[in-house]
Amino acid sequence: MLDLNAIIQAIGPELWLAAAGLLGVLLGAVLKDAFNGLAFKFGTVALAGAAAIAAINYQGGDAFGGLVSTNTFVNFAKIVSFSVGALALIMSEGFLKRHDTSRYEYALLTIFACLGMGIILSASDLMTLYMGVETLSLSSYVLAAFHRDSVRSSEAGLKYFILGALASGMLLYGASLVYGFSGSTNYAAIAAAPESVGMMFGMVLMIVGLAFKISAAPMHVWTPDVYEGAPTPVGAFFASAPKMASMAMFANVMFQVFGNDMDQWQLIVSIIAGLSMLVGSFGALMQTNIKRLLGYSSIANVGYALVAVAAGQTAGAGALLMFMTIYVISALGLFAGVLAMRRQGGMVEGISELGGLMRMRPWLALSLSILIWSIAGLPPFGGFFGKLAVFEAGIDAGLYPLAIILVIASVVSLGYYLRLIKIMWFDEPTERFEAIDGPVTLIVLISALVAGFVFMFFIYQLGAWTDLAALGLGA
Amino acid sequence: MGGFPILSAVTFLPLVGALIIMLIRSATAGGRKADSPADGHTALLAGLVISGATFVASLAALYYFDASKEGYQLVEQYPWYRTISYKLGIDGMSLSLVVLTTFLTPICLLASWNAIHTRVTEYVVAFLVLETFMIGVFTAMDLVLFYIFFEAGLIPMFLIIGIWGGKDKIYAAFKFFLYTLLGSLFMLVAVVYMYLAAGSSDFEVLEKFAFAPSVQTWLWLAFMASFAVKLPMWPVHTWLPDAHVQAPTAGSVILAGVLLKMGGYGFLRFSLPMFPDASHLFQPAMFALAVVAIVYTSLVAWRQTDMKKLIAYSSVAHMGFVTLGVFSFTEAGVQGAIFQMLSHGIISGALFLIVGVVYDRMHTREIAAYGGLVHRMPVYATLFMLFTMANVGLPGTSGFVGEILTMVGGFQASTWAAAGAALGVIFSAVYMLTLYRRVVFGQITNPALNGIADMNRIELVCIVPLALLTLLFGVAPNLIFNMTEGAALRILSLMAGG
Repeated sequence: MLDLNAIIQAIGPELWLAAAGLLGVLLGAVLKDAFNGLAFKFGTVALAGAAAIAAINYQGGDAFGGLVSTNTFVNFAKIVSFSVGALALIMSEGFLKRHDTSRYEYALLTIFACLGMGIILSASDLMTLYMGVETLSLSSYVLAAFHRDSVRSSEAGLKYFILGALASGMLLYGASLVYGFSGSTNYAAIAAAPESVGMMFGMVLMIVGLAFKISAAPMHVWTPDVYEGAPTPVGAFFASAPKMASMAMFANVMFQVFGNDMDQWQLIVSIIAGLSMLVGSFGALMQTNIKRLLGYSSIANVGYALVAVAAGQTAGAGALLMFMTIYVISALGLFAGVLAMRRQGGMVEGISELGGLMRMRPWLALSLSILIWSIAGLPPFGGFFGKLAVFEAGIDAGLYPLAIILVIASVVSLGYYLRLIKIMWFDEPTERFEAIDGPVTLIVLISALVAGFVFMFFIYQLGAWTDLAALGLGA
Repeated sequence: MGGFPILSAVTFLPLVGALIIMLIRSATAGGRKADSPADGHTALLAGLVISGATFVASLAALYYFDASKEGYQLVEQYPWYRTISYKLGIDGMSLSLVVLTTFLTPICLLASWNAIHTRVTEYVVAFLVLETFMIGVFTAMDLVLFYIFFEAGLIPMFLIIGIWGGKDKIYAAFKFFLYTLLGSLFMLVAVVYMYLAAGSSDFEVLEKFAFAPSVQTWLWLAFMASFAVKLPMWPVHTWLPDAHVQAPTAGSVILAGVLLKMGGYGFLRFSLPMFPDASHLFQPAMFALAVVAIVYTSLVAWRQTDMKKLIAYSSVAHMGFVTLGVFSFTEAGVQGAIFQMLSHGIISGALFLIVGVVYDRMHTREIAAYGGLVHRMPVYATLFMLFTMANVGLPGTSGFVGEILTMVGGFQASTWAAAGAALGVIFSAVYMLTLYRRVVFGQITNPALNGIADMNRIELVCIVPLALLTLLFGVAPNLIFNMTEGAALRILSLMAGG
């Protein structure tokens, strides 16, 4: 018997998003181009509603005979993902309008991507997980290539698709091995199955496939290209909502499915974490395009987050949520900052073009500086506490080499973060910026306020929430 | 006055002031992007008022401080995040450094009156923000809070060097930032380990918590990585000459006057009481580094052709005395180290101001470009003489008291270390007197100097108080010792008991 209440309790947000997405397709088919303007508001409302439903059913539950199972951990991740997804959508409209690509499909693809995020988080079965991963990925490929007339955008989409398909194949192959050796696709049943060499093989392949999705080194090569090529608001979306969801999903799989084999995967995840931190921070040093730079910076930050995963569930789950929450808000703000700058004849993408921003638009520059300082993990801003939580988790779990790599990567990454600050504050302005007002600038200011100050003064509240959410994973 | 959070007020008054200045500036700017000279002076005046008020507030803290009481006073504590609490408190050592900070900041702002012409509002804001972080370092009583203040101070200083500095300001700013940050992050590893192990990041808990000797070694090294860069100790001092030379005069004053003191403060606050075994273990190494710093950098200072660089190297040498005193583990040594920090803060700050006076007129710091200034600037020559003598350590000036006490302490612990340090005193006379002779005495060879004017009123107002304090503490050092004695004894007893 289908128990509707239990289903809504478990995957209400996904049902809502699926319904909204389908309704959107219908409206699009009927209204055609007349829907273009409305679609963004429609999408924003849909995503905000999904976040609200996730918040209402915060405790989560099981449904469909164990195909989905939610708890506070994944619901926390859902709330954050959907909220920043909605903000990313708000930011997109102006940009797309200026590039004559403001079509309703964009909003619908965002909704479907968020649906995918919801499913990967709710999954408690490898089949469900794979469905979610593909829903998210396919929407993302199209979003990356959304600027159809641009060669770079098409290239980004194609590159993302080919490599992503390969990664999906690995994930699927790994999942089939795990299924073959454990006899089940259910998370709990796999966790209960006896450890075997074949299952470890499957686990490693799954880690490889998932590492691609979270863009961890050495499966990161697509990231800078896609971030650079994709339209800027798409980059903002990739850096925020799917990042949060995928990281939480990765942790969820590691903790729930392979929780008993932690001694087997801890080293693998540690190596991925260390590599990501180093690749991300060294790679960004030489970049001249700000979107590529942010791409590398996101690789490094995934590395930091993976330290929390490597620290294990008890030490790391809360830290992971906290770090990622602060990170995605800062990343969204930084991308909004890139969107807010425009000169005669196009967007500002070169780092040197930021020159003298402090003189031209002091409040924007100040907000961006706070975001950069926060994302660099410098006290006293919020980002420091995120990094501190990760640090704490790593040291608590005795991962000292990883903590040292984190230190080194942080100092190296300061090299390019400081360069951004230097260009904005020290250099002379080259050319006037066109003023772009409205929601984008507002999002920069708000995210700087939240990431910089709210998370500094009220960090205990965020800590309490994430700690409580982490308890949802169970013992 | 009982419940009034006086330390929070002292710490955050400059920050609040900075915010007000920023808001007023953006409200009155009316589309003008650049500061006019009048705007700049208004901003500086506002900054002076705020930092002056902070100084008065710190004097109030001094008034309510009871030197006869043991331990931390005027404590304020509120829970913040997990084991971290917002906890402020002072003992004699931190109070003296707080007052030094609040005393130097208005002088720095006043000294910038005619020296800074571009983006003055931002300059004042950066200075006030920096002041908050500097005071916070000395008043924080929670390890994580301390770390936050300690590292946050890098940001405004980075901007001060990078925006208002000299030719190679970008290089100097990056070097300053990255050197200090690398050290600090190793300290962060230790900080996190410590509060996880002890279950609290409160100083008073950590002081009582006995870390295993093998753990202490690592923790000590991690803290050392940070404080050695900050102090700075040889061989990680190389950022200092660059930073000093490129920073504007006021930046140099605050760098030498306060920021360097954080290293010595850190050794005394953490390394000694919290890791006594490791401190004993590393005592010979620290003595060796201190003596190398004193002798080597004194010789390097002698060969400098740039006045600011010379004083920067002399700072490294004088900080060597602090290291020597701290690691002598004797009352005389520790008291001497605290005194030397205060005295050096005043003297080196004054010396940088002295260099700034002629730099503002001639726009060069090359020693060779000067000579014979005594004929044109008698008042300047007199004040310069006083601070030269104080830096050499002439009895009657505060420089003497600090050096002699740290050497007495060092002598009790190691004769050789004290002998090496004494050598440094001789060298300091060599380089300082050489500098003085070449700049002030002789005939005027550079025709551009013929029209140079003596110090104006603003410069006098900046430097004369420093001169008076140098003499006052030279003849009445007990004013300081009475205040810091309790703190010094407490550190040593924690070491012995720990």
